[in-house]
Order: sequence, then C-alpha cells, then structure tokens
Amino acid sequence: MNIHLTINGKRYSEDVEPRLLLIHFLRDVAGLTGTHVGCETSLCGACTVELNGKAIKSCTMFAVQANGAEIVTVEGLATDGKLDPVQEAFWNEHGLQCGFCTPGMIMASKQILDRNPSPSEDEIRHGLEGNVCRCTGYQHIVNAVKAAAAGAGK
Amino acid sequence: MATATKTETFVGKRVRRREDPRLITGTATYVEDIQMPGMHYAVILRSPHAAARIRAVNTKEAEAAPGVVCVFTGKDTKGVGAVPCGIVMPDLRVPQHTILATDRVYFVGHPVAVVVARDRYLARDAMDLIEVDYEALPAVADPEKALEKGAPAVHPQWPDNVAFTYHQDGGNVDKAFAEADVVVKQRITSQRLVPMAIETRGVVAEWRGADRQLNLYTSTQIPHLVRTLVAGMLGLEENRMRVIAPEVGGGFGSKLNVYAEEALMGYVSMKIQKPVQWIESRRENFTSTIHGRGHVDYYELAAKRDGTILGIKLKLIQDVGAYHQLLTPLIPQLSVLMMPGIYNTQNIRADIVGVFTNCVPTDAYRGAGRPEATHGIERMVDLLAAELKMDAAEIRFKNFVTKENFPYPTATGLMYDSGDYATPLNKALDLVGYVKLRQEQADLRQQGRYMGIGISTYGEICAIGPSAATPAGGWESATVKIEPSGKVTIMTGACPHGQGEETTFAQIAADELGVGLDDVVVIRGDTAVVQYGIGTFGSRATAVGGTALYYALQDLKEKIKKFGAMLLESEDVALVGGQVVDNKSGNSKSFQEVAGATYRALKLPPNTEPGLVATRFWEPPNFTFPFGAHIVVTDIDNETGQVKIRRYVAVDDCGNILNPLIVDGQVHGGVAQGLGQALWEQAVYDDNGQLITGELMDYALPRAHLMPWIESHHTCTPSPVNPLGVKGVGEAGTIGCSPAVVNSVVDALSPLGVKHIDMPLTPEKIWKILATKN
Repeated sequence: MNIHLTINGKRYSEDVEPRLLLIHFLRDVAGLTGTHVGCETSLCGACTVELNGKAIKSCTMFAVQANGAEIVTVEGLATDGKLDPVQEAFWNEHGLQCGFCTPGMIMASKQILDRNPSPSEDEIRHGLEGNVCRCTGYQHIVNAVKAAAAGAGK
Repeated sequence: MATATKTETFVGKRVRRREDPRLITGTATYVEDIQMPGMHYAVILRSPHAAARIRAVNTKEAEAAPGVVCVFTGKDTKGVGAVPCGIVMPDLRVPQHTILATDRVYFVGHPVAVVVARDRYLARDAMDLIEVDYEALPAVADPEKALEKGAPAVHPQWPDNVAFTYHQDGGNVDKAFAEADVVVKQRITSQRLVPMAIETRGVVAEWRGADRQLNLYTSTQIPHLVRTLVAGMLGLEENRMRVIAPEVGGGFGSKLNVYAEEALMGYVSMKIQKPVQWIESRRENFTSTIHGRGHVDYYELAAKRDGTILGIKLKLIQDVGAYHQLLTPLIPQLSVLMMPGIYNTQNIRADIVGVFTNCVPTDAYRGAGRPEATHGIERMVDLLAAELKMDAAEIRFKNFVTKENFPYPTATGLMYDSGDYATPLNKALDLVGYVKLRQEQADLRQQGRYMGIGISTYGEICAIGPSAATPAGGWESATVKIEPSGKVTIMTGACPHGQGEETTFAQIAADELGVGLDDVVVIRGDTAVVQYGIGTFGSRATAVGGTALYYALQDLKEKIKKFGAMLLESEDVALVGGQVVDNKSGNSKSFQEVAGATYRALKLPPNTEPGLVATRFWEPPNFTFPFGAHIVVTDIDNETGQVKIRRYVAVDDCGNILNPLIVDGQVHGGVAQGLGQALWEQAVYDDNGQLITGELMDYALPRAHLMPWIESHHTCTPSPVNPLGVKGVGEAGTIGCSPAVVNSVVDALSPLGVKHIDMPLTPEKIWKILATKN
C-alpha cells in the first residue's frame, strides 16, 4: 500500500506491506533508529512517538494506520543543534542511565507538559505510567520533568 | 583547540554525564541500530515444552519459504562447542549445553532451530512452518519438589536433580548453638526474578571470509570474555575475532554471560558468508535470558538472651534451572560469603544444594547472591528481636562489628576493609524520626491501623575482586594515551552500560592531569581497541577499573615531568594545573608543548622512550565492603492489603564519591529493583514448567507511579583497598532494600502475630493475612 506521512517535518511517500509496524517504518524505512523496541506489546513505552500531537506507542500501530499523519520522533526535537528543554532537563537532572528507554520517556514527558505545563509530582508519575525505566528508579526522571516545567514557565 | 589548563577540579562534583548527548537525541547506536550491506535476519524457534524428546524436526517447508536462505537445527551445529560454565567445583555436574537442542529440550524457551532470511518479517513467517515432533515428558519447576524422591529427572543421568553441593564451616557452630539461650528458625524464600534490561539481547555477526575475521556486535557487559569464549566455541583463533559491545541498554547481570545465540550467529554468518542480525523479542527475553535469585533458605540463628548473636546455620536450596550458565554455581556461594552480614559472629555453617529444574538457568542479577543473603540475615535479626522483645535498632547496634575492629576477618573467610556501621543507622534513625514514629505507631495500633517501621543494615562484597577469588581474573585494565596535541584518550577494560564511567573516568583523568573534561575521551567495549578487560559487574568498574586508570595516569605524570624537566633544564619540577612548572625559576611548559615533545622526540630524557602511552592491569588486594542503613515506613491499607510506602530513607556508605549525581542515580535504580522484588516481581512457573509470568502484562515491574520518593543520604568511610578510596555503589540499593520493606510490613502486622512473609508482598497476600487474622 502506498502511504504518505510527515516525520519530523520531512515528507515520506512509500509503498509498504499492510502489516508493517509503524516502529519498523520509522527505524527501517525512514532510518530513524532513535525510537526503540522494548517489548512489542505497548507495555514498556520505549517506542513512544508523537502522532498528530498525541503520544502513541509505535510498536502496536501499523504504518498504514499512520497514513497522512504528522509524526515527531526524538530526532525531531532539537532544532539547529539546540536541545529541546525536556532533553536538556533529562541531561541536567541525570534522568537516564543506559538510555534505551530515554527517547520514549522524553516523548512521554513532552506530552505530559503539553497537556499540563505545571504538573504535580503525582501527575508526572501517573503520566509516565506507560513507560518503563529499569535503571533510574524514575526519581531523576521526575526531577527532569519538573525542571523542564519550571524552565518553560520562566 | 588548545588543551585547557585549569585549577578547577571535577572529582566529587555533580558533573552531568558526557555520554548523554547521543542518548537524549536518539543518535546512539545499539545492536539493533546496526545496518550493513547484505544484512540477513535470524529468528529462533524455541521449545514450547519444559521437557520433551525431539523425535523429528522438519524444516523443508520453512527452507522453501519466500526470502529464506537457510534453516539450521541442532544437527547442523554439533561441531560448535558447548555454552560454557566458568565455575570449577569438586562435585559440579555440568550437562552438555549445546547451542541448539539436539534430541531433547529441557526448558520452555530452549532454542531448537534458527531461520535466516533476507527480511525479518519473512524469517518470522517461516519459523511457523518448521514442524517439530515432540514427545512431551514430565517436568519439574520447583526446586524443593525436584529434590523429592521420584521427581522427574531434569537430566536423566542425574535422577536426584542435584547440580552441585557446597559446604562451609566457620568457627564452632555446634558449640554456639549448644550455648544459646534462644534459637530462631525460619524458611525464607528469595523468588525467581527476571532481570529485564529494557534493551533485550541482540547480536550482529559479520564474517569476513577473505580475512578470516569475525566481527561480533553483542549487547554484553563482558566483550573480552565473550571473545575468548565464543572464539573457542567456534574453533576460531581468538585474534581473528573482534567483539564490540556498542551502546548497551541495561544489563543488571543478565548480560554478564556467554549465550548460545552469540556463537550461533557467528556460526550462521560463517555459513552464509553474510552479516546476520538477531534481536531477542521480549517474550524470548523472559524465556532465554538468565533469571536471578531462586532461593529457598532455611535459617537458624543462635543468640544469648541479651541479644548477642552467637551463630548462624543456613541450608540454601538454589534453583539452577536446566543448565549452568557462565557463573550459575558461584552465585549462592556469594550468599554464603555474605551470610553474617555486618554482625560480629564467628560461627557459621552453610550447606548449599544446587538443583536442576526445567526452567531458564539462573545466574547473576543485580547483587547476585548478596541480596538473598542480606534478606536472610536481616529478617533473622528482626525475628530474634521479636523473640526477645527487643527493639530492631537496639539489637543491631548490639551486634555490629565496631569500627575499632577493622580490618575485620569474617567467619566466612573475608576481610572487611573498613566500616563504621553504627553511623549510617544513627543517621537514618534521626532522619526518619524513629522515636516519634514508634509513638505514632502505638497510637495507630489503638485505632486498628497498621503502620510499620523496617530497618535493614546491610553490607556488601564489591569491587569484584581479587583474581584468586574470581573465576576469570579479578583485575581491570586501563590505557591512557596522551596524544601529540595533549588531548587524552582512555581505553578501559570495564564496559559501562549506563553507569557513567565515560564521565567519572574523565573526571579522574582531568584532575590528575590538570586538564579540562572536554580534553578527555573514554573508549570502552571494543576488543580491537581496548587492550583486554574483564568488564562491568559486581560494582567493580570504578573501584577496580578506575584504579587501573589512576595508576596509568601516575605513570604518565612521571613521564611528563621527566620531559618537562628536560625542556625546562630543571631537576625540580611539578605538574600543576596542566603545566610543568620549574619549582625554582617558576618557568613553565604547557601540557601540549610537553606532549608534542614526547612524540617529536628530538631529545629524550635518559632511559626514556618517546610517546605518552601507559597501560596498567591493576590487581586489587581485596574486595571492598560498602554498607549502609535503609529504613522504610509503610502503611497497610486494611481494605485492599496494599502496602503504601510513606518514607524511604537510605543512608549508604560507598566510600569516597566521585560524582554525587551518578551515585544517587545508582542508589535510586538499585532501590527500585529491590522494591520490585519486595512488592511486585516474580517469575512464576506452573507445575508443567510453563512460565506464566512471561509477558510484561503478567510480570509486575516497578513503574513511576508506584515508586516512593527515595531520600538518599551518605556517610563516607573511604576504602583502604584502592587509592581512590571508593567502594562501589551499583548494587547497594538492591541489597539494602528488600529486607527493609519486608521488615516494615512484618512490623506493621506484628500485632496480628505475623512473624514472616515471603516476597513479593502482593496486596492479595497481605489481604489474606488481614482477612484470616483480624
């Protein structure tokens, strides 16, 4: 099937198998390997990307379902070499260790802040429920989201 | 750009990590991100049975499927060496662990065949076309049942299912028990866990036939050991093999191993003469990557009426699984070494029996034997306190090895390096407001509400370790190369995968040499670049690898001073702020000038070679022994049985701290894994050996909204074992955590007569206790 979609502002028009997962379109067709596969069942959140402004798990969506969509992946966040405030906050607050869950975690964190620019700690934690990190115990991630929220409010 | 010279120092500061820019921008390269021309994709067919005879495997249809290049079974790979067990013990039974099953399968997940295709979807399609004729056999998944007479034999040649036994005696345990006023006994389990690195395992093998060269990219903690051992399995000369651990997405011990798939992908690439990639699915990760823990422990503790501990006996049943992986039989021995905890008792007896079951093999998982031991002794001390109606803190203070007694020889043959055990406990008690909490607890009990205060005072065995005490060499290596421009390149034999040594090692080097952090690059994880190394595990990378780095830097500093003295025509120089300074005249030469002169080599100091490269392999004289106190305050929901953590106070002593930001991160992550075991996680097999918690839907991981705020604090008792004074912190959180949580919940429910609860403390389990005892 032929599909058209925009990823990080770049237009793609590709002929794909109907069963091709969106995550594999991103990684194998578009060559954007920043988004990771952690569980293939939408339970870990490593594959989280933004689709038409909403955070979704790209491992359980077919590429054809994203036909016509605008997608943002972790590679699309920094502009002209300047990090997105959420990326910067993850760096400053040590919100990552092995880094594998991080792209999905950053996309989920952006979504939290898009919906609520000044979330409470509880709201941050519940907003991150769908993303698993095995390294950090989440505390520095929570700090990063708080810091990004505080920074954006300045 | 000139090398920065400065007086600013970095060690001890909250320096943000130098590895992060690639990780937060999605530009890091993990194994699955590696693409090569002509890449093929492998998927592995695994056994659905825990025990079965393979009558026949029919691969014809799969071989004819679109895109498929080949299918291999155990018959094809018979020439490949067995998956290695690195442990030698007198009565160790080591079953032949072929990389693919041949005539029998021994656990659900046992690899049976590999399909190779030019596309991963096509490979997966073809896998379903393989027909395996299995004759299902009786299986056993519970280690205690496996020891019963008449239990199914996991390996028919050993009907008793005993994989190994191990006995250790220290002091005079019979006398201690004969003289005891009180003996407390408890069966304590430490359930099977799934390590669950968020990046599953993965391998890319690239055989370059014309060069007789195999490049193996694998998600591992130990690239050099993988090279030595997999080259052996494949019959390949070791110098024809290069192993690269690219970005590694978490390990926690599960990638401290040599796996069948690493050799299998090498075999496949050599057969098809093309690169091949295999990425483990999450389901496969559950059923083919090692599990951790898996203990049933029978403890007896002898004490005097005043609370003085006299001796400890332990019968330890270790669930081995179907095979030994690299270190499987070693892990419960670490438990025995740690069994006295930080208490002053010289009388111990331990008997381990390792038991084969039709399950995934167990091996090192964060803490590796030490969380189990700490859980045991910390529960037993609380049981003793309850028996004697003593306070849980008081009984610990009474039995601590006191700080005047270091180095302290333990009953298990260790020499604790340094310690001050009362200080972190005092600090934690102050922080949590212990006295007030006890009053509040009494008030709440009047109202029928259950609140608990749980203490765990733990010790660890870290910086693993002296070579004589380890199976593969306990040293670590570092090469420091100061380039002609004065820039610094470090090659470490450690293999960090989240622990941040690209930053901490740069901090050490920058301070020693007086250069900036940006002048230093740290390279790890490539056997073609790094001399040789052991790897990252056992909280060893900084304490052992960082010390090797420290000594290599000292060698270079001497050489820099020699060249500087020559250039300054002085005999009295010092290296200050990145300059060589003549102490008399005050004249100086910059770092770059001196570095350039060592390579230009127009003139050399006497008996000195050109260049600025030093390599050190540092052998530690001892382990290090971090310690600490964790206190957990819990509230029990009477209606749901939910355990709510009100406070989590951790006071850890890991010696000197090089980067507090990274140390805090290690503590938090360690505590999360300890809490996972205490409250939620368990690998459950049914009686037929089916893993019924084989997906993330069923296996309950700690998630952000479940985690309490961890109040992380430190005391500092430097280690005398290494010049950095560091001890290691990677496993502390995990080791300290689980007994503090269980002690807290048992304390909460003690008015109901509850003395012990096995992990995980699920709401169902707690609710049932409340329902029956209330």
